[in-house]
Parts: sequence; structure tokens; C-alpha cells
Amino acid sequence: MKIAVLVKQVPGSDSPLPINSNQSWLDENGISYVMNECDNYALEEALQIKEENDDGEVVVISLGPDRVQKVIREGLAKGADRAIHIQMNSDSIADPLSLATLFADAIRDEKFDLIFSGLQSDDLGMGQTGIIIGEMLGMSTASLAMATELSEGIIKVKRELEAGFFQWVSMSLPASITIQSGLNIPRYPSLKGIMGAKKKEINIVTPGGHDVKQSAKKVYVPQSDKQTVMIEGSVDQIVDKLVEAFRNEIKVI
Amino acid sequence: MDILIVIEDNNGKVHRMGLESITAAQTMAKDRGFSIAALVMGSNADELATQVSNYDIGEVLKLEHDLLSSYSSDGYAEAVKQVVEKESPKYVFFGHTYQVRDYVPKISAKLMKPFLVDNVLMNSDGDDTVFTKQMFNAKLYSDMIAMDEGPLLISFQSAAYSSDNAASGSASVRDVNINLDSSMIKTQSEDPFQEESGGVDLTSAEIIVSVGRGIGKEENVPMAKDLAKAIGGELASSRPVVDAGWLSSTHQIGSSGQSVSPKMYLALGISGAIQHVVGMKGSKNIVAINKDPEAPIFEIADYGVVGDVLEIVPKLSEALE
Ligand SMILES: Cc1cc2nc3c(=O)[nH]c(=O)nc-3n(C[C@H](O)[C@H](O)[C@H](O)COP(=O)(O)OP(=O)(O)OC[C@H]3O[C@@H](n4cnc5c(N)ncnc54)[C@H](O)[C@@H]3O)c2cc1C
Repeated sequence: MKIAVLVKQVPGSDSPLPINSNQSWLDENGISYVMNECDNYALEEALQIKEENDDGEVVVISLGPDRVQKVIREGLAKGADRAIHIQMNSDSIADPLSLATLFADAIRDEKFDLIFSGLQSDDLGMGQTGIIIGEMLGMSTASLAMATELSEGIIKVKRELEAGFFQWVSMSLPASITIQSGLNIPRYPSLKGIMGAKKKEINIVTPGGHDVKQSAKKVYVPQSDKQTVMIEGSVDQIVDKLVEAFRNEIKVI
Repeated sequence: MDILIVIEDNNGKVHRMGLESITAAQTMAKDRGFSIAALVMGSNADELATQVSNYDIGEVLKLEHDLLSSYSSDGYAEAVKQVVEKESPKYVFFGHTYQVRDYVPKISAKLMKPFLVDNVLMNSDGDDTVFTKQMFNAKLYSDMIAMDEGPLLISFQSAAYSSDNAASGSASVRDVNINLDSSMIKTQSEDPFQEESGGVDLTSAEIIVSVGRGIGKEENVPMAKDLAKAIGGELASSRPVVDAGWLSSTHQIGSSGQSVSPKMYLALGISGAIQHVVGMKGSKNIVAINKDPEAPIFEIADYGVVGDVLEIVPKLSEALE
């Protein structure tokens, strides 16, 4: 069983998001990066499958500038066997089709049985890359996985639907599945894992040119027309004002 | 036609977000002088065609095929792809539903045409249209442009356009055909099901106290529970709190959980991502406490407190008791 896990490095949820001077993208200085949340669940799912089947290989793959090697190392420290870094200097490519083409080209010859990826990234939120790669490589695809079961060349995926519904879908391998958060409990790397990761192989791929089919023209902070009553003061004053609003304005107490 | 709207079947009815994309299409059509058609397919195609034909659109395309009687990503992607190839619209509109997330990226790959997703707005820019989407979990907006002459695949976020504004009319219905065989469908689906609700029905609650990741750790959750008790409300949460196992999934509010509209929704350490907001924005009064003054939740809050929930919540419970 050969499993690829696509991991993306994205600004952490507490990170500042400074916009660059021509408003075309973020100013990378000052951003603190983390592994995209659902990619972490994707990685855990792959590691569990490998451990249960007692054979197989988990390969973490990330696209981006050199800094993405941090999430690659994190994946290796948690137990992935090796990694592929698709090196790209620009971080501002907001085009799933061209990114998926780069991934597909870089991994086609690996002939993975499974590709796991997060269902969407916390930065761009396009939610397409894993599915497009699967389609490009002629694999079965499924999105929003909340559980997976593997047996004899078939993967069964519990897909999340709207409003609390689910559905089991089965398909033959190879398959590219996008993973939803919450389907397992991601592990932390052990000290041994962290030490071991340093010796694991990262294969660096430098892709050629690519067509861009969509791009971000301008990035900005949204303006709201909603009138929000801001309650300010010391903690005690805030508490008094909230109780007052509950009683006299919202009338819930 | 210039715009093809793909209508989703929601148990024999037009999915609410399908109606919203009719409004979006009518908006663009008016701006740019475009014609519109809507595609219905699957086992309820007749019923859907009747419903959609009551709107002001040029025509309804009806696609019936045995292999489309239930949803599969392969079947639907192939079907829509073939219709798009035959009809060559400039734009193909979808609501950004979970089903659309599942199969439309495949059409994008098959046609090598971009899919601009989850838009909240669109604006004409000369002969072009700029589509605006949220990024970084709604903290920023981004104006997106396609660098391709189309057909362009476009989806709209829930409530980006209001179905109330869809103009009515009477459209003709035309049958369309495609070539589909079972070897093209690689997945097998079972029936949708719901997990045990565990008796938590938040939809009838008057007051909801909802905790987000900002509560920090599991040991702090009882703090919110105490507040819910002190104010006579029910406890709910955002997804990360459920993912971490701090509360059961029946507490989750949002697109994958319950949708509520209480008299008061008190959001504690919740950032206000769209998938959460769709489940609570109908609340009569939204009160948000968040330490980040730029948290998107403040864009929909009636009352806002920039502050630390860990400091405010215990004192608030005390004051209420
Ligand atoms: C297909 C799909 C379906 C989804 N379905 C759902 C769903 O049904 N429901 C749902 O909720 N989400 C859902 N999500 C996830 C959603 O996108 C967000 O990730 C999630 O809602 C974020 O939860 P949060 O606001 O609790 O956490 P975060 O976004 O991490 O926000 C935490 C907030 O707490 C604040 N904070 C931190 N510490 C403190 C403190 N001490 N005091 C005060 N404030 C503090 C921070 O400023 C931040 O704003 C879904 C996502 C996808 C892609």
C-alpha cells in the first residue's frame, strides 16, 4: 500500500495577515505558518492505515517555497517514510488547476494506491486540488471523508453530507480522497520521530512552467455594514453592560 | 445560452442554493445582456423542470438517464461535462453545496477550465466579471479573475444572492441527451443516513451559549456549561470543539451540524467562518466575545465584546446567578 499525503503550509489561525503594498497578496514577513488543519487529519489516517496493514509506505508531498520543508519535517517526524517537495517560489498561486497539474506531473510515476489530502486549505479555501489530481491520474475520487475502511483493493469512505447526514461510498483503488477534520485524533511527533525525521529523504522536484487559469487580483479586509454595539470597559464593566443588555434590550432574562 | 445553471435535487425539490444561483444568473444576464438556461437531471428531473420553468430564464434543459437516477461524482461530472461541451455556455453556475464540492472539480479537470468557487459577490469589469471569494477563513476577501475564455465554472456561497429576488417567468423545457455507460462510474453509494442525535435538539432553544476553539482546552468547557445554566440556555459549539472530542457532534452548529435561530446566540471564542455562520446567522440577537477585534464574527454580531472569554465568562455566570 503506497499512500501519498498532500500537506500544505498555511498561516496559522492566530497569525497576522499583512496585505502587501500593491494588494496583490500577503506580505510574508510576519506570518507564522502551520500545517493546514485537515491535512493533519489526512496524514494521521494514512499513518493508521500503514500501521494496521503492517506494510506500506507513506509519502508526504508539499508544494511551495523552502519554508514548507517545516511541515514536511513534521510529517516525517510523525511517521511518514519519505517526502517530495515540489519547489515553487511564489506562494500566491491561487489556481487549483495549475497546482494540481504540477502535483500530478510530479507523482504520476509513483503510482500511488491512495492519495489523501485535506478537503480544503485554510488560506485559499478552493477545495479542489485533491479531486483534480485524482481525476488527472485516472483515480476514483471522493470528498469530505469522515471515516475510511480498506479491504482487498476497495476503499469505503464515509462522506459527510449537509446538515448532519452521511453516506458510505465504495470504490476501487487507486483513489484520491479528501479528508474532513475530526475523523481521527492526530498524533504528536515523538522525540524519537523528530530525531529520525532528520535522516529521512526529501526528494526535491523543480517543475517547469504552467498555465494559470485563475488568479487573485486584489486582496483586502472585508467591510461590514452591520451596526455592532461594541461593549467596552474593564471586565466588571463589560459584565454589567452585558447583563443590562440581556435584561433590557435582548430581553432574555 | 450564455449562462448555464446546474440545478441540484434536494429530495425532489430544487435545492435552495439552486434558486440563489438563478438570482445570480439573472443579475449577470441583466448586466451583460446574457441568456440563461437551467439544467435539471436525475430521477426527479420532471418535477425539477416544472419548478425551474417558473423562473425568468430562457429554457430548461432536462436530462434523464438511468445512471443519473442517484448521485455519483463520476456520473454527474461526465453528464455536466457533456452538456457543457454541447451547449458551450460562457459560464456554468452552481450553488457551492457539498455535492458541488464533490464532483465539479472533476469537470474542471476534464475540461481544463477553471472553477471559481464559493463566491460571495460578482462585479462587471468591462467585458469581464470579477468574482469575490472569502479567504483565510473569511478574514480577507479576494477578487478573482479567470484567465481563460471559458466555459468558466462558478459557484456561489450560500445566501450570496437571495432566492427571494429571483424573477419569475415561464421557460420552455428541452430534452438533452448524453452518452454514459456504467464503466464510467467507479463509485458505489449507499443511502444517506443521520447519526443518533442523542436527544440534543438545539433548534427549539431560546438561548444558545456556543463555544469555539477560543475556549482553549477541554477543562474550560464546563465554564461555558455553567454560563448556559445560569442564563437558562443550551450549550452548543463550533466544529473544532467537536473534532477535539470536547463535546459530542450533536452540539455542532453549522453547515455540517444543526441550524438554529434562537432569540440570543452567545458566541464564545468563535471566529465566524462561513460554515459556522450559515448555521446561526438567523439568530435574532448575536452576541460575540472574541479577543481578536478583526474576527469575522463581529461582522454579523449585534453586540460585540473584544476580550478574553476565560476572564469574562465566569464573572458573567456569577453576575447572572
Ligand atoms: C465542508 C466544511 C464543513 C464545515 N462544517 C462546519 C460546521 O458545521 N460547524 C462549524 O462550526 N465549522 C464547520 N467547519 C469549519 C469552519 O470552517 C471553521 O474552521 C470553524 O467553524 C472554526 O471554529 P472556531 O471559530 O471555533 O475556531 P477558530 O476559527 O480557530 O477561532 C477561534 C477564535 O477564538 C478566538 N479566541 C482565542 N482565544 C480566545 C480567548 N481566550 N478569548 C476570546 N476569544 C478567543 C480567536 O480570536 C478566534 O477568533 C466546516 C468546514 C468545512 C470546510
